[in-house]
Amino acid sequence: MTVTEPVATAAATSGAPLLRVTGLTKHFPQFRQTLIKRATNPVRAVDGISFDLQRGQTLGLVGESGCGKSTAGRTLLRLLEPTAGTIEFEGRDVTHARGEELKKLRREMQMIFQDPYGSLNPRQTIGSIIAAPFEIQGITPEGGRRSAVQALMERVGLNPEHYNRYPHEFSGGQRQRIGVARAIALRPKLIVCDEPVSALDVSIQAQVVNLLEDIQSEQQLSYVFIAHDLSVVRHISDRVAVMYLGKIMEEADRDDLYERPRHPYTKALLSAVPVPDPERRKKVTRILLNGDLPSPANPPSGCVFRTRCWKAEDRCASEVPVLTELAPGHRVACHFPEPEPAPISFTAPVAHSDETPA
Amino acid sequence: MAFLEVRDLKVHFPTDDGLVKAVDGLSFSLDPGQTIGIVGESGSGKSVTSQGILGLHRRTSAIASGQIMLDGEDLMTASNERLRQLRGDKMAMIFQDPLSALHPYYTIGAQIVEGIRVHHPEVSRSAAKARAIEMLGVVGIPSPRQRVDQYPHEFSGGMRQRAMIAMALSNDPSLLIADEPTTALDVTVQAQILDLMRKLQQDFKSAIIMITHDLGVVADMADEILVMYGGKAVEHGSVGEVFSTPQHPYTWGLLTSMPRLDRVRQARLNPVPGNPPSLINLPRGCAFHPRCRYTAEVADGGCSSVVPGLDEVSGEHLARCHIAAPRRTEIFIKDIRPRLRGEESS
Repeated sequence: MTVTEPVATAAATSGAPLLRVTGLTKHFPQFRQTLIKRATNPVRAVDGISFDLQRGQTLGLVGESGCGKSTAGRTLLRLLEPTAGTIEFEGRDVTHARGEELKKLRREMQMIFQDPYGSLNPRQTIGSIIAAPFEIQGITPEGGRRSAVQALMERVGLNPEHYNRYPHEFSGGQRQRIGVARAIALRPKLIVCDEPVSALDVSIQAQVVNLLEDIQSEQQLSYVFIAHDLSVVRHISDRVAVMYLGKIMEEADRDDLYERPRHPYTKALLSAVPVPDPERRKKVTRILLNGDLPSPANPPSGCVFRTRCWKAEDRCASEVPVLTELAPGHRVACHFPEPEPAPISFTAPVAHSDETPA
Repeated sequence: MAFLEVRDLKVHFPTDDGLVKAVDGLSFSLDPGQTIGIVGESGSGKSVTSQGILGLHRRTSAIASGQIMLDGEDLMTASNERLRQLRGDKMAMIFQDPLSALHPYYTIGAQIVEGIRVHHPEVSRSAAKARAIEMLGVVGIPSPRQRVDQYPHEFSGGMRQRAMIAMALSNDPSLLIADEPTTALDVTVQAQILDLMRKLQQDFKSAIIMITHDLGVVADMADEILVMYGGKAVEHGSVGEVFSTPQHPYTWGLLTSMPRLDRVRQARLNPVPGNPPSLINLPRGCAFHPRCRYTAEVADGGCSSVVPGLDEVSGEHLARCHIAAPRRTEIFIKDIRPRLRGEESS
């Protein structure tokens, strides 16, 4: 049974989107080896997500670990083969692109990884790491690869003279800059950034975030920005989608989502973020969710969030809520969304404060 | 005398490349029921501080000096045997990564029971197990009677962290050291764990040292904050004072560089320039001076030649900076506070 959520309305935005994802699904089959190899419930990592991404814009994809945000990012770059759904890039269906077509596509779509240690080959020099995209695509940029690479290094704030150094000679923040240089080498139109700053120290995070923003405005890039840090996502995104157990729970423009969250899960997430203001702890009560994320191999029936939701009723167990447009550009998948003039995220919800797990 | 007194603690590691001064002269004190937050970036010496207090540096090549008094007992001169008795009993630790801190071969229950019986051999196996079940219940693990016989891999990340807290608390420690206890967790689980620690502190009156890089967690949990940079405290004071009128340029940098949900969204973040220093090769003078925007405030390049002392700003609020305190307050009000409030001045 593959439930793909119908999109209630197409995003009301001007022009064709750079990227349109419809009902994207990625299931990982699981096998149990007894006498015969038998398939059991697949892990529903991504379970029918749909969104549009406009040119030059950033879509933030937030959620807790295991919600499928990284799998979604990899699947839409075709690093993983989608189980169902379609991916349209510049109006072309690239869901099943292969061979040369896929290779060409990779010039347009790149990725920045989370771990600045694991994503750079320790035996290659910085120069050859950043030149790898040219080599793979068989491109010789004007003026030669070396000068192109050095220009890229300069652009991301690295000293071009360090061309022949190895990754271990750089700090975490500098390594992430190397990852950025490699991603922008082919002048792509889309970059999927998977937790690009979460491994970095606080004082360095801001440097990399600013760099990503500068490059975006220079090159009209679009980002899919995957992160669990809600503050960073708010800073960098134009639109934000909140994922839970493989599904999009809420998607809206940044300010809409942060100031007027309509889904109970979004509300709980926002209230849980600790804020560097000791005065606030006296004023604000948190919505504490009970328990843990259910297994994506065996998701709850109906609404996947219902097992941790304080508003859940019988209907939530039987009927899957459809992602519906409740206000222009604001889509929510909930049977009992918060009312429209919802209190701003940081004034405490009075009724449901302090629901501590016993 | 306070319950825990740390005076001029130094932990240095000799290496082939030179002496790593991981902790270089740290002093603070802590009373029962109180929480101190130690904040710093990777390599600032915050974790080594906690290891120094527990005496975990002793098996390494570390050279430690200074004084650590726990409830009137000098831990620095205590025998290894005495420290072993104290660890897990009077003082306990919660580690960042519960998966590597729990033994994969033994059930959660067996590991808690061992911790109890090592320190209290008179407690029977069954009584210790009953205590383990009770503690798992206290930290909010559902059906503890079944869970006690499960292995760490059968627990989710948040539950493992709860199990580790249960283990740390099973002997009612009066000092609890939590080293990044929620860093590996999601925000909703983090909120659960912090809430739990707060409640348990009320019940057990433990003193807590909370080591973290997250200023939000400190603002939430701590009474006092100690900001470390390059192995030294650069600012130390009550949470109220340090967050309302921070006095060190590094603290300013930390506060202005992070995007905040409780403020108007900034058009642009203000990062601290440069990279954290290497502890082998600390910059001369003030360790923060190469990244500081305000060195021009000090005459004759004093920042790059003289190490500033940790001086009193007012009462218990200390800062390590050459700029005169009134001038720092002026800079903060004119330059930093508007940015923190999202008033986008410069």
